Amino acid sequence: MEVVTSFFETPYPSRYKGIWSWLLTKDHKRIGIMYLFSILFWFLLAVLLGGLLRLELMFPGKTILNAEMYNSVFTLHGVIMIFLFIIPAIPAVFGNFFLPIQIGTDDVFFPKLNLLSWYLYMAGGVIAIASLFSDGFPDTGWTFYVPFSISTHTNVSTAVFAAFVLGMASMLTGLNFITTIHRMRDKQMGWMQIPLFTWTLYATSWVQLLATPVVSITLLLVIIERYVSVGLFDPSRGGDPILYQHLFWMYSHPAVYIMILPGMGVISEIIPVFSRKSIFGYKAIVASSMAIAIAGSLVWAHHMYTSGMSDTAIFVFSLLTFVVAIPSAIKVFSWVSTLYKGSIQMAPPLFFALCFIYLFSVGGLTGLVLGAAGTDIHVHDTHFVVAHFHFTMFGGTGFAFFAALHYWWPKMFGRMYDFKKAYISAILVTGGFMFHYVPMFILGLQGMPRRYFDYLPQYATGNFFAGFGAAFMIIGIFLMMINLVLSLRKPMDASSDPWGGTTLEWQTASPPPLHNFMTEPVVLDYPYDFTGVVEKYSSDDKGE
Amino acid sequence: MSSHSDASGKKLGMWLFLYTEIILFGGLFVLYAVYFARYTSDFAEGGKELNRLFGVMNTIILLVSSFAVAASITAIQKKEKKIAMAGLVSALACGLIFLINKYFEWSHKIHLGIFPNSEKLMDGPQGQNMFFGLYYVITGLHGVHIIIGMTLLFVSLVRVKKDRVTHKNFTLLENSGLYWHLVDLIWIFIFPLFYLVI
Repeated sequence: MEVVTSFFETPYPSRYKGIWSWLLTKDHKRIGIMYLFSILFWFLLAVLLGGLLRLELMFPGKTILNAEMYNSVFTLHGVIMIFLFIIPAIPAVFGNFFLPIQIGTDDVFFPKLNLLSWYLYMAGGVIAIASLFSDGFPDTGWTFYVPFSISTHTNVSTAVFAAFVLGMASMLTGLNFITTIHRMRDKQMGWMQIPLFTWTLYATSWVQLLATPVVSITLLLVIIERYVSVGLFDPSRGGDPILYQHLFWMYSHPAVYIMILPGMGVISEIIPVFSRKSIFGYKAIVASSMAIAIAGSLVWAHHMYTSGMSDTAIFVFSLLTFVVAIPSAIKVFSWVSTLYKGSIQMAPPLFFALCFIYLFSVGGLTGLVLGAAGTDIHVHDTHFVVAHFHFTMFGGTGFAFFAALHYWWPKMFGRMYDFKKAYISAILVTGGFMFHYVPMFILGLQGMPRRYFDYLPQYATGNFFAGFGAAFMIIGIFLMMINLVLSLRKPMDASSDPWGGTTLEWQTASPPPLHNFMTEPVVLDYPYDFTGVVEKYSSDDKGE
Repeated sequence: MSSHSDASGKKLGMWLFLYTEIILFGGLFVLYAVYFARYTSDFAEGGKELNRLFGVMNTIILLVSSFAVAASITAIQKKEKKIAMAGLVSALACGLIFLINKYFEWSHKIHLGIFPNSEKLMDGPQGQNMFFGLYYVITGLHGVHIIIGMTLLFVSLVRVKKDRVTHKNFTLLENSGLYWHLVDLIWIFIFPLFYLVI
């Protein structure tokens, strides 16, 4: 194979050397890698904070944190995980790196804007941390509900401003991706030849553009209220606190689709590659992504059944919530049907993808329990909710992130990791996950509220088990990261196509050269046509 | 990674950005709609206290400025650099006059004791507090956008002067113009909602 100079050795713009070749780069691949390491930093920090919470809850009464610190820690855990990890994780890391490659172009449309988004992201993180050192981190939870967020003495303004800045970063990334997909696709690539990961990024970007400004203005209003006290959400001055919740969830519910859609895209890439079989229902997956983006924007008030709403509104929002379940289920059926009668080749990315399907299905189905107005009243704001959204967000997006890491790692760094350790870590994380969150479903049904520092003695067993599972999970996550990082010490050995993929990123070297392709990539008529791959592998087998 | 000279792509990006701006103000208009439905008569009372003359003047000023920007975009396409610059300068002047008017309006209101958290508003009807609260928040945010828009126009002006924006490559000017029209358009909604409220 010819030797290709990777983008690691060719800074862009070429006048910058060393650290500046990263900090001032316009190369989407370098920006993606900068995102990767900054996002992993926040993720591991928030994982440890979450571990701290569960350690506190393992035994009734005070264990290691006092009540006030507990409130701050769960807020910090939520804010970091939501705004600094899950929302940007897959689009900013893998979207940045692979979206231009998958559509056969050399960069995103606005490279400078892309770098600006990274700086906004970093600024948001720094501002969030800064609020720790002045008046204490907010104790409001990541939702910043009024009136508490306006009256608490902790430093809500700074944390809210951090979320505002992070929202800008995410919005600009979305803007960049949409423009890139529209204007820079390979000339031969029509809309129905776009890989599914790029398709989901496209849907995600629209949600980012259309929903984020609502939360931006809402968060700005919280800051204005804290400094000027206009009283827009204060009932004693004529305002309405419920309106805050509406505005907040008008963004934050669509935001859960910002979180999950790219994850679904990753899984739609991985499943066909390791089944050596065309994806089942390409068009259905594309359509369901767009359907999720649209319908997902119309269900926000299902977070507010107990806040006070008319019965008609509750009925409508409950119905729409059930409607969103349909496109998600279509995807699950498509993935499972792709596996059916495929020639499955097991590898760590597929293992994570299979765990994803299982965990996400549980998360999705328990979501219906919460979406139904009747049962929601019973489990509202209990640990059931905590378990549900961790199943979707962590079991879903988190596992998709792990799968993407293992799937694209050889492409990004040119090195293959150790499979055995990857499997062990996957089993530890998944096993720990079940031990951790299944007891929470039961605790929630029994009535244990979320966000409480202490609990009644009858909840002790469940909490003890959950803490136990958390330990396994944390060990698994760190093992996974160590395994990946250790691979960086090896020489670059990964071939350009270690898995047998059909999308364009597998046509270029690992890691890719500066302008992504040395020769013009060949766009397949259908992006998941595996006949070539199957032929290649079967002739390899005969050759041995 | 050649330099992209894809003008329609850049405009597409700008339009997407304008959507986000519309939705940013949309959130505030939702608040307005809810509180207007709740306190209709208080809103009407509050509207009477605003000076319609100032409102009309500002509306005309912004419409003229939008015309000036549009004229300068047409001028640059016809290689009339001087007219283009004159258009931008007059748009900037209009923006400045708008802000000065706003300054006098706000300070007059504050002088009368009408401002967020003031005793007069606290003791008065709640609907009026909402009306003036929204008035300050929305016109304030709009004022910030006027300043951003003026900055963009100023950058375009400098670029036109230095011949960096020419009839071949005027996307920057066109995008700044789009932004300015948006700011203008938002005012067209703000004006009746506050000054002409029934």
